[in-house]
Amino acid sequence: MATSDLFPERPRHFLTSPAAFALIGFTVLAWIVVIGPAWLRTVPEALTFPIAQVVGDALNWFAREAKIAGVAIQELTRSLADFFDVIIESTVIVLSKGIYTGRGLNVTQAVPPLSWFAIGGTAVILGYRLGGRSLATVCAVSIGFLVLFGLWENAMVTLSSVLVCVLLAMLIGLALGIWSYRSQGVENITRGFMNVMQTVPIFSYLVPTLLLFGYGPAAALFATVIYALPPMVHNTVLALKSVPTEITEGGRMMGCKPRQLLWQVQLPAALAKLAVGMNQAIMMTLNMVIIASMIGAGGLGFDVLQALRKLDIGTGLEAGMGIVALAIVLDRLSQAAAHRAAHGKHREPGQRPLWHLVLAWLVVATVAAYLVKPLQAWPDAWQVSTAGFWNAAVTWVNRELFDVLEGFRNFALLNVMRPFSAFLATAPWTLVIGALAALAYALSGWRLAVYCSALALFIVLTGYWGPAMNSVYLITIAVTMAVLIGYPIGFWLSSRPRYQGFASFILDTLQTLPTLVYLLPAVMLFRIGDVSAVIAVTLYALAPAVRYAMVGMAQVPHARLEAAEIAGCTRWQTLIWVRFPAAMPTLLIGVNQTIMMAFSMLIIAALVGTKDLGQEVLIALNRSLVGEGIVAGLCVACLALIADGLLKAAAARAEAPGSRRSRA
Amino acid sequence: MTSNRMLGALALSAMAATVAAPAMADAPESDETIKIMTADWTSIGLQGEIMSLILQTVGYNTELVVADDSGRYPGFENGDLHIAMETWQTTQLQNLERSVATGNVLDMGETGLRGVEDWWYPMYMKERCPGLPNWEALLDCAEVFSTADTAPNGRYVGGPVSWGDHDERMVEALGLPFDIVHPGTDAAMFAELKSAYDREAPIVLWVWQPHWVTSVYEGEYVQFPQFEAACFDDASWGVNADATYDCGKPYGWIKKMAWAGGEDVWPCAYDIVRNYEMDNDTIADLLVEIDLNGRSTTEVATEWLQNNRGTWEGWASCGL
Repeated sequence: MATSDLFPERPRHFLTSPAAFALIGFTVLAWIVVIGPAWLRTVPEALTFPIAQVVGDALNWFAREAKIAGVAIQELTRSLADFFDVIIESTVIVLSKGIYTGRGLNVTQAVPPLSWFAIGGTAVILGYRLGGRSLATVCAVSIGFLVLFGLWENAMVTLSSVLVCVLLAMLIGLALGIWSYRSQGVENITRGFMNVMQTVPIFSYLVPTLLLFGYGPAAALFATVIYALPPMVHNTVLALKSVPTEITEGGRMMGCKPRQLLWQVQLPAALAKLAVGMNQAIMMTLNMVIIASMIGAGGLGFDVLQALRKLDIGTGLEAGMGIVALAIVLDRLSQAAAHRAAHGKHREPGQRPLWHLVLAWLVVATVAAYLVKPLQAWPDAWQVSTAGFWNAAVTWVNRELFDVLEGFRNFALLNVMRPFSAFLATAPWTLVIGALAALAYALSGWRLAVYCSALALFIVLTGYWGPAMNSVYLITIAVTMAVLIGYPIGFWLSSRPRYQGFASFILDTLQTLPTLVYLLPAVMLFRIGDVSAVIAVTLYALAPAVRYAMVGMAQVPHARLEAAEIAGCTRWQTLIWVRFPAAMPTLLIGVNQTIMMAFSMLIIAALVGTKDLGQEVLIALNRSLVGEGIVAGLCVACLALIADGLLKAAAARAEAPGSRRSRA
Repeated sequence: MTSNRMLGALALSAMAATVAAPAMADAPESDETIKIMTADWTSIGLQGEIMSLILQTVGYNTELVVADDSGRYPGFENGDLHIAMETWQTTQLQNLERSVATGNVLDMGETGLRGVEDWWYPMYMKERCPGLPNWEALLDCAEVFSTADTAPNGRYVGGPVSWGDHDERMVEALGLPFDIVHPGTDAAMFAELKSAYDREAPIVLWVWQPHWVTSVYEGEYVQFPQFEAACFDDASWGVNADATYDCGKPYGWIKKMAWAGGEDVWPCAYDIVRNYEMDNDTIADLLVEIDLNGRSTTEVATEWLQNNRGTWEGWASCGL
């Protein structure tokens, strides 16, 4: 709205604007609701519909009884699961476990897995080739951390499932992306589907996945792939669309068949953007590592979980940092690869191909590890641990600072959070939907108003209105905090490139460090309940807020800043009148991303005892209620889609006057 | 040794061999992997590991599979999971009965462990609330347990919502001036305990046994009116003549359960599971090794097997 004040030449008078219409409509509705019957204010029983029951029955039937051509669906999915179990298991054998003979008490290792020396060295070689000495150092430090802290073996279990997941997500994502690129109809369907998939919390499709694929690594694999798929599909479509028409035309003129055109012209030309999708898929997969370990994926995620259940926060933190180290190596390597692909860099003349080098190293390192045992398995006695220090630190903070923090907690809870949650809980549902529709209409028009109200009505029908309002309250507070903290940090960082490397390490850590690691200390200091939940969600949603603030500020055109300087603006004037308006669309998209991140954390926040949709999903997961889990998850998706629709409309509005001005 | 005796010994061992040979052939009746459930608390992981090691030593292929306590039943009914070493009467009684009634799941008998679950407080709270462990003391000193957001009511940290306890009904039936807070996971629950214990701050929460908490922190259970079946069904029973649930939680068995279809695939393995028996003290000692001394479950389980050959070889006689 602030931007509109900048443009007094707005064509319409306020009274005839959509905003005025929306305001008047809402006032009339409010009046009706206040004097009308009670069912307008609290959701009546008769209006809810047992959707969860229906969905649950349908899925149970599908997973247990449905048949295609006489073959049970379950048999098909089970054989698929068996197939992928074999793939994961063989990767684990190569990377982490080795081959064993004998059973029970008589078990011995016959063939060791690839040594840390071999795998770590490979990462360093790749780093050096792709990104020079600095990337090689990053790889070496991360590998060193994993080895020294005794996390290597489990890190490789995690790496195995990450590799298989990413590969599968890439294949499926690429196929869906290409199909969507070729057909507009398919694109519309996949886009809608992917938008929903991205916001439905993973817990809610864990139960159906378990039904179809059984317990074990394969089920975790499929759930993770579903989660990591959307960015891959999205980026494939984007990448193919961004291939310059000259290149495509050139290919056609040479007489390429459609298949040749795709594989030999368009895909290679789009490689850089495809790599962005792959990079996203890797990060999303690592995000899921801890959740996947809850249903049997093992690895570092399981270590974190185990340590935290014993309240050994130090060990949990170390294992969590192991996941961060893995994420950083994979992320930086794949980014460097994408960068090289984008700049068409190939090996310099006379340089050996990369795979020759890697193969030679693997052979040398394996022989070395055979001769020198510590290169194969780092001895326990040489491991270091800082767990004791962290545990002592947590105890110290708890003893010394609890009273101060308790004062803060009580203040926030009694004066801000409780009143706000009570306000949302008692607000008549018709009015909430009315306000939503009015806002949507004012921002964009009828279509958005209908879309938002329909999504909200779905929540009413499911009977989850109460928990949904509770989610809205948690998300609103957490996002407000994340934006209030994250945006100033981002603004500050945007003009100080020196600190950006360190900042991006911290942000990566916040996003890949399993949330439970900082959730439990939060519980110790702020007790079980909403305050701890909000703190956890805020910390996780901080990263996109900071990132978008940085990007938004960096995008302000230099010409405008110079003009402001010539006009004699002070720094504050420049910030408020020049930088903010220009960055506004990006900043709004940043808020949007922050909200999406916050939604994806709701489920984890439920672990400390909220009473929202996340908790409903968690309960459904624990009790294997297929229908309830899916429906509560869809309600989360509805909330996220409403927020997404409104903020994108707001961003589009903020952009419109800006472009008009640049034309003038 | 005379040649006669030698012959006798030979004949005996030959006989023993012929007797043992069919059993040996029986031992792994199938190469199919037996999937043993493990879950998010230590004792089920430990007992699962012990069983897994025994079965492997006898010759079976086994695998430990992570599942959720209440979420396990579809897996067992489908044959995705085969053996669970712990099913608690206190929380899983109805689930187990329902699952056994489908005909796809077997009750494999008690482990010999007794499960205890109830309200628990650190010892230092005894001074601040005289009259404990008797539950009636809580009526007068609820305020001692209160926080700013629950005052004047006390604050009780219950189990995760999904565990399906009846604390709410009990608080109402006994007229306890307490607000119940539910965490989403046991880790959060014990994080609060650790925080309070380090500061000697007031706390009362749900603790179960066998669990490491009772070995590390000094405290005791609130003594509620002792559970009888009538307490849950008959309102007139107990202190409150108009309400059910006016008593503590049942202390009960911990059973083994199995997928019914496995009986034909691995009959000897199922025999071994049925024979398995433990007691609280043994398991509690092993849990301390794992949870407090930081040793791996596999290591502790292997050591137990090595030191108690006689015991488990007795259970595994059909396979040895």
